[in-house]
Amino acid sequence: MTITDAPAATRPSSTVHDGVGSSAARPDGVPKVDGSFIYSSDEYHDGSLWGATLRSPHPRARILGIDTSQAAGLDGVRCVLTHRDVPGSKIFGMVVYDQPVLAFDEVRFQGEPVAVVAAIHPEIARRACELIVVDYEELVPNTDPEVSLTGKVEGLPSGGLVRHVRIRHGDAGAARALADVVVGGRFEMGTQDPAFLGPESGLAVPLGDGGVELYVSTQDLHRDQRQVADCLDLPLDKVRLVLSGVGGAFGGKEDLSVHIHACMLALRTGRPVRMVYSREESFFGHVHRHPAIADVELGATRDGRLTFTKVRLVLDGGAYVSTSQVVIANGCYFAAGAYNVANVEIDGFATYTNNPPCGAMRGFGAVQSCYAIESAMDRLAAALDMHPLELRARNAVGEGDILPTGQAVDGPAPVQEILAYLRDLPLPADVDRPAADMRVLPGGVGNVTRGEGIRRGVGYALGMKAIGFSGGKDDTCTARVTVWIRDGEPVAEVYCAGPEIGQGVVTLEAQVARTELGVRTVELRDKDTDIAESGASSASRQTWMTVGAIVGACQLVREEILARAAAVLGRSGGELTLDGPEIRDLDGRPLVPVAEVLGPEAVSYDFTYRHRPTEPVDPERGQGNAHVAFAYAAHRAVVDVDVELGLVRVVEMATAQDVGKAMNPAAVEGQIEGGTVQGLGLAVMEELQITGGRVRNPSFTDYLIPTMLDVPPMPMKIFEFPHPDSPYGLNGVGEPPNLSSTPAILNALRDATGLELPRAPVRPSDLIEAAPAPGAPAEDTAQSET
Amino acid sequence: MRVNVTVNGVAHRVDHVWALESLLDFLRERVGLRGTKNACEQGECGSCSVYVDGVLVCSCLVAAGQVEGCSVVTVEGLGSGGEVHPVQQAFLDAGAVQCGFCTPGVIVSAHCLLARNPDPDELTVREELSGNLCRCTGYQKILHAVSLAAARAGDATMTGGCER
Repeated sequence: MTITDAPAATRPSSTVHDGVGSSAARPDGVPKVDGSFIYSSDEYHDGSLWGATLRSPHPRARILGIDTSQAAGLDGVRCVLTHRDVPGSKIFGMVVYDQPVLAFDEVRFQGEPVAVVAAIHPEIARRACELIVVDYEELVPNTDPEVSLTGKVEGLPSGGLVRHVRIRHGDAGAARALADVVVGGRFEMGTQDPAFLGPESGLAVPLGDGGVELYVSTQDLHRDQRQVADCLDLPLDKVRLVLSGVGGAFGGKEDLSVHIHACMLALRTGRPVRMVYSREESFFGHVHRHPAIADVELGATRDGRLTFTKVRLVLDGGAYVSTSQVVIANGCYFAAGAYNVANVEIDGFATYTNNPPCGAMRGFGAVQSCYAIESAMDRLAAALDMHPLELRARNAVGEGDILPTGQAVDGPAPVQEILAYLRDLPLPADVDRPAADMRVLPGGVGNVTRGEGIRRGVGYALGMKAIGFSGGKDDTCTARVTVWIRDGEPVAEVYCAGPEIGQGVVTLEAQVARTELGVRTVELRDKDTDIAESGASSASRQTWMTVGAIVGACQLVREEILARAAAVLGRSGGELTLDGPEIRDLDGRPLVPVAEVLGPEAVSYDFTYRHRPTEPVDPERGQGNAHVAFAYAAHRAVVDVDVELGLVRVVEMATAQDVGKAMNPAAVEGQIEGGTVQGLGLAVMEELQITGGRVRNPSFTDYLIPTMLDVPPMPMKIFEFPHPDSPYGLNGVGEPPNLSSTPAILNALRDATGLELPRAPVRPSDLIEAAPAPGAPAEDTAQSET
Repeated sequence: MRVNVTVNGVAHRVDHVWALESLLDFLRERVGLRGTKNACEQGECGSCSVYVDGVLVCSCLVAAGQVEGCSVVTVEGLGSGGEVHPVQQAFLDAGAVQCGFCTPGVIVSAHCLLARNPDPDELTVREELSGNLCRCTGYQKILHAVSLAAARAGDATMTGGCER
């Protein structure tokens, strides 16, 4: 990309206030603290109706009939719609269309939408749903991914197998025979929910021309638009999506939720329709993180050099594909961890079952594989009698190393620096147990311990993930930058559809425009589908892509203004710089105000940014230059475990991460802290309990996410090794801290207890059932596995 | 039923309120103040925190009919004269806002904490705000925001009051 090589001389020369690299304030900050910010659940329109969804109570059943007559007759109900009323495609999906807009023939997971209602009050709409009579013939649900991966299950698409990913590098079999030490084990992970606080919601407004406008929370306006238009049988220009306030996403707002339903109801009734999921409905209305079963085998020389890695990873995708075939690929790409190992054999399976659908969630498959490989690395360290950090440092991937997919690591890979920070950071002090405040003891204010039976543990984990879309996708992001004069000063407007989901991309949009143009005032236009697409706020890519597009558009604007100034001044454009209100020469002397050059005209350019091209991996051996870039993070967890009661307190989570360039340091810290805590939840408390395809805990009463009291201090080190291919040298930030957090805590719990703990999240019963008697030596679990 | 209530200093008389309507729905749909958020509607997340006669409550757990004759203060009522409240300003300055959906409830709870305890230690802040779930921030910057607000307030008295 030439735009990253913009001639520095033409960039603004003076110090820019709130530019790139500063912790500039969020442009949406004040409305978010004073309550005036409009989220998708706050959208309101005069005369709007309320939509509600009837969902299947069964994980699998045949639909023999649907009788909506009673519901339609309820006072206040305006319409009741089923699959027969879907105007266009009856199925949708992010990558492949396979999920019914409204179920027909069969329901395949508990909570699958069957009918939708519009009424004058949300309570009437809910009551109408209860009056819809669906005649189900219950069928036995398929819930075992190990059975599904055989591809021979009747009643599941493709016999149950979504995708088998194979990666073959070197000769793992031969290396195994020669290894001094071999360890292995099975590691399982339960189902995590994104548990964003802002529920799925939106407002659909029918337009006079037969089209519809949808105000909605999403991670990708344009991908949604295509699916909605297909299912409504409308051309794209009749389906306009506008980004409403997004109350968190974490991957769970990539798939459609209320979108098509609200539009169908609005178009049928001719009235605006609001839909807002309740918390319980939300648990059924979005995808989850895939539960995982991972079998790992590692071999090493006596001095701790990895010689081979074998991983078999099974991710259950549930009833519909969503992004499962991509999640399993990403899980496999990084299943060998951030290590340099010559012989690798990885088999990954994504499956169909009648469990709730799983798809994107922060980390996207790499969370599961990082947990598995990092758990196995600690077993190997124990078998070698080597410090876990030392084992990691000896094998850490570096620039120029070849990954299992055959791709060379060509950006900065400062893993040694990251590990060194964690090695050198002093450990937190032991709790003064008899005198301790109960809030710092396991069990907290439950007042269950005074410090008896508490053991401390320290654990480490390292993670690596691709940034951006991999595998040959031509990924684009378009931005428009417009500059005009207001009150004698240039004002810049930035327009880009890249969704703001809390990560702060809107802050960066303004920071970049200030830096590139030297303007003081930047206005951000609402995000909608009237401009070309930005791609999804996913894969830790949106900052990279949006910033690339805005830098490109700013450069075009700047060149045009300087060309006009050059004509006015009779000089060459290369001798001038744009610095806010002034055109200056290269020594900084003001020559002419921008206002005089532009007059009443606006200068506006669109720019479409592309990252470097990638290629798909080959299906037989999984080889190819599939990735745009890589990012690295590591954690050190310190835990106190009450081994008599099975209670845990995470004492400290230290972390280090390379971010290329901290575009907004406060926002970077916030991403790292938030990602770390989501990993903490997955380690010790968060699991969607699913039995026979039924979710047993769809509420914040029963599905626990960390509170402020569960969260420890988080010392961190942010490294800035500039990435060669990105604007400003930045790298993706959001996902890496979510990878290593969970296994670091698991390894700390293993260190504290001597237990194998083969499953995350760790439950109290896991910590006490097999706990060694006080004073007894811990079983050498690593050796017993070999 | 009819409900007479003062919200952020403004008197409201609202007819046809449903018997089972929550104060949360009442504020959002009848009064039109949507800053109070609906994240769980079962008292677990604190996003709907408001004051009723100076007492911090989850408005999803209070029936609208219960606030007859009461004075309710919501996140929209904390600032004055077009300026955000110092607690709100501290959240901005500390970078404690990401998606922001939990923010109004956290701010009302933090406001209440600081009104009762102007200089809380870290563990007290963690305990007092443990009824407010946040999924984005990892809470670190919220902790900083509360400390910042406390430090700036010094011995100045917070407005609004809070009883528990």
